[in-house]
Amino acid sequence: MTAVIEVSHLVKHFQPSKKERVNAVNDVSFSIESGTCFGLLGPNGAGKTTTVEMLEGIVEPSSGTILYRGEPIGDAFKRDAGIMFQNTALQDYMSVIEALKMFGSFYKHTVPVERLIDQCSLSEFLDRDTRKLSGGQKQRLLLAIALVNDPEVIFLDEPTTGLDPQARRNFWALVEDIKSRGKTVVLTTHYMEEAKLLCDELVFMDHGKIIASGSPSELLSNRFNDVLIELPIAAVPETLPALAAHTVNRSDTHIDIVTTNIDETIQHLLAHHVSLAGLEVRSRTLEDLFIDLTGQELRA
Amino acid sequence: MSLKHFRAVFMARNREFIRDRSSWAWNIFFPVLLIAGLAVMFGNDNRSLFKVGVYPASDENESFFDTRHMQFLPIENLTPAIVRVQRHQLDLLIDTTAKRYWVNDTSPNGYISEQLLLAKTDASYMREIVTGREVRYVDWVLPGILGMNMMFACLFGVGYVIVRYRKSGVLKRLKATPLAAVEFLSAQVASRLWLVMAITLCVFFGTHFLLNFTMHGSYATLVLVLTIGAIALITLGLLVAARTASEELAGGLLNLFTWPMMVMSGVWFSLEGAHPMIRSLSQILPLTHIVDAARSIMIDGATLFDVKWHIAYLLVFSVFCVFIGAKLFRWE
Repeated sequence: MTAVIEVSHLVKHFQPSKKERVNAVNDVSFSIESGTCFGLLGPNGAGKTTTVEMLEGIVEPSSGTILYRGEPIGDAFKRDAGIMFQNTALQDYMSVIEALKMFGSFYKHTVPVERLIDQCSLSEFLDRDTRKLSGGQKQRLLLAIALVNDPEVIFLDEPTTGLDPQARRNFWALVEDIKSRGKTVVLTTHYMEEAKLLCDELVFMDHGKIIASGSPSELLSNRFNDVLIELPIAAVPETLPALAAHTVNRSDTHIDIVTTNIDETIQHLLAHHVSLAGLEVRSRTLEDLFIDLTGQELRA
Repeated sequence: MSLKHFRAVFMARNREFIRDRSSWAWNIFFPVLLIAGLAVMFGNDNRSLFKVGVYPASDENESFFDTRHMQFLPIENLTPAIVRVQRHQLDLLIDTTAKRYWVNDTSPNGYISEQLLLAKTDASYMREIVTGREVRYVDWVLPGILGMNMMFACLFGVGYVIVRYRKSGVLKRLKATPLAAVEFLSAQVASRLWLVMAITLCVFFGTHFLLNFTMHGSYATLVLVLTIGAIALITLGLLVAARTASEELAGGLLNLFTWPMMVMSGVWFSLEGAHPMIRSLSQILPLTHIVDAARSIMIDGATLFDVKWHIAYLLVFSVFCVFIGAKLFRWE
């Protein structure tokens, strides 16, 4: 596979006031392979959106280079890229079909409007004012606008934030469809389930730096070799010598036991007459990895 | 520059304006109601005084010049004073040295003033008759109201809208497309220009039909002056919006420009008697040149040549604003 986008030593400083200097992105390097879905994850304020907006050509980097197919970002990139921002407003008093046609007229090569309408399921509200769309409908329209030029690379910045589970799953199906057409997708998200389902490669960012990268399975297997056993709290006595060697997390309703040997741990529990009713065993998830990498303190 | 891009943004902005019903109320009904209201308020001029111009000074031996309820105004120059008699702004004009007087034979006040003069004087004055329609306050104020309406429509319609686009992220989304800044800005200017001119001409001809304004000049020259004036005001709006991201700041800046123009551009009253510094300051403001040029075309019958300096100033002002505005412009 060949790299579509190559980023090296990317830096972005902001200076909100004379005394304050924020290093939003601090020496970040990575490459995005053609035809893959590349995910950028991290807590709020980690530098994801700033990084993506530098890739999109919206924000000027303080230093570092970004190459699109070996060339600096330029007209070819604008022609080939489809962008869906985190927050996008359209002009007032504009219908869905008018918005599609207006954005279509900015490009030489476009997808037929009928295909976009069909692909993003817009037919039921084509003549509706864009300000009167529901959250899911608006995101589908913004995705259609991002696809209007039949882009090679599609940037999706937190596309499902604020959507209900049904609308989110519906949106994931649209992204899967885009992936199946061989397009490159760059996704930022807070939803680990979304990242696991859609992304082939992941980069975790925190405090403007990359703290981990790889495929979801690589990241999990490199970080964890254990599983979680979850039991109702009432079933487990407060002090259980058999669990002294394990990491145990207690919540109001459940107890999580981290173990590398399920058989041995279960035998210990049975030996101490712990009821296994309500027991669940689960593998480590990206959410566990996220917490493990970024800590549990509250972020802005 | 791509015409296809320009047309797409131009049409989108037109639709946005035309579908916004509140903007119609502000842009059309407000000036029409204002003009109609002024016509009703100032239509019947119940002056208790008769105004008599005296050149060069009153003759103390004549009892006519002691008549009560009659205002005697010293005149230094006869020619403009005769024009004032034609417009019914003076009821009578008397030259006490050459023993002549001018009266407008269509003016009732002129007739009464003349009869009083003849009854109370022993001297024989030569009668000079002038003709001309009365210039009402509404005739005088109309170019000011048209200019003021254009000013609000251009400055707020371009400046405020672009700042709103920037704040809400519309500009950011457009920046991510191959649309060039010059295509976007020229479409905004063109859309606002034709809409403002269409509205201004509708208001002008609509109220002209009802109130029959004084119009001594050419309609084509008037339209040209208003068009160039609208361009100057739109470019000022672009300058304000070049990189402002806050609607509050934009509103403040726009008020900073509009209020001095409301007061100092001669919209409501003449600045002839104002302090020379105020008169000089008023010449910086584009609205002063629009209103002065339109007024002299309508009331004095000025030609394109007569208003050339006003047009030149407005064009220079527009080029200045476009140049600085383009230098400063930011999508975000």
